[in-house]
Amino acid sequence: MELVQIQRRLVDYTKSLFMEGFLDAQFLQLQQLQDDSNPDFVFEVVSLFFEDSEKLLNELTIALDQPNVDFKKLDSHVHQLKGSSSSIGAQRVKNACIAFRNYCDVQNIEGCLTCLQQVKQECYLVKNKFETLFRLEQQIMASGGSVPTIELGF
Amino acid sequence: MLYQIMDGDYGGSCGGCAEDMTVEFGYEPHVLAVDDNLIDRTLVEKLLKNSSCKVTTAENGLRALEFLGLGSDERNSLEGTVSKVNLVITDYCMPGMTGYELLKKIKESSVLKEVPVVIMSSENIPTRINQCLEEGAQMFMLKPLKQSDVKQLKRHLMKYRS
Repeated sequence: MELVQIQRRLVDYTKSLFMEGFLDAQFLQLQQLQDDSNPDFVFEVVSLFFEDSEKLLNELTIALDQPNVDFKKLDSHVHQLKGSSSSIGAQRVKNACIAFRNYCDVQNIEGCLTCLQQVKQECYLVKNKFETLFRLEQQIMASGGSVPTIELGF
Repeated sequence: MLYQIMDGDYGGSCGGCAEDMTVEFGYEPHVLAVDDNLIDRTLVEKLLKNSSCKVTTAENGLRALEFLGLGSDERNSLEGTVSKVNLVITDYCMPGMTGYELLKKIKESSVLKEVPVVIMSSENIPTRINQCLEEGAQMFMLKPLKQSDVKQLKRHLMKYRS
């Protein structure tokens, strides 16, 4: 595939992620922070997020599996995940966390279990999306091209 | 990791990013950024460094106080010493010591009480905001932080320059 075609594909793919709600404007902030002195910033932060979220999801699974669920602890973990997902622009994960916290507030175990599944699913989905995104970027760079930037207001 | 003491010499700017704080301050302000969330800590550090700040990060209030020389195991004698930092920016919700409690400790210190403290939170709770401002916080910022927030922070701080 020609460089121009891959670049167009990346732009279209990224736009679709915004349209489908996977990403929000905060992701653009992240991209803007990347520069020549830190060319892998986005990749690094996103990777950190997935490492961190995996740990949190494990903690949440364990916490919900206890005979006496500690809702405060549960909420604290979800709060962390909500914060991180919000900071990288992973909108659907963030929204799933908001719903989760509501069930923690009213101490509804069933609701929490459903939400946990939902959060796991959203993390899984957005992880795949990012992997595709980074793969396209790598293809572009390998062809000697530069990664096109997305402008707001598309 | 306790703190990261990073080299503040950060040449080069990203396309269209925040103006250089060096120009405004005449030097690189040293900022202590406190947040228990690793991703947020990474983000705020980058935002500040992109504005030519020297940044030290701490993952909780206790570590922050230790860095500032207000730790419980430090001799309580900061007489004649100057604050190491020009600004403290801290998350509100942290385990152990909240950002509010950290703010109070800083304001109680004769050496550090003039250091501007900015509180960040992902939650927009007016009572919380007022509580922090009343305790002497310079600003309250909503997370996630953006470059425009750092610009606004800089403008706000300039008013308080001696």
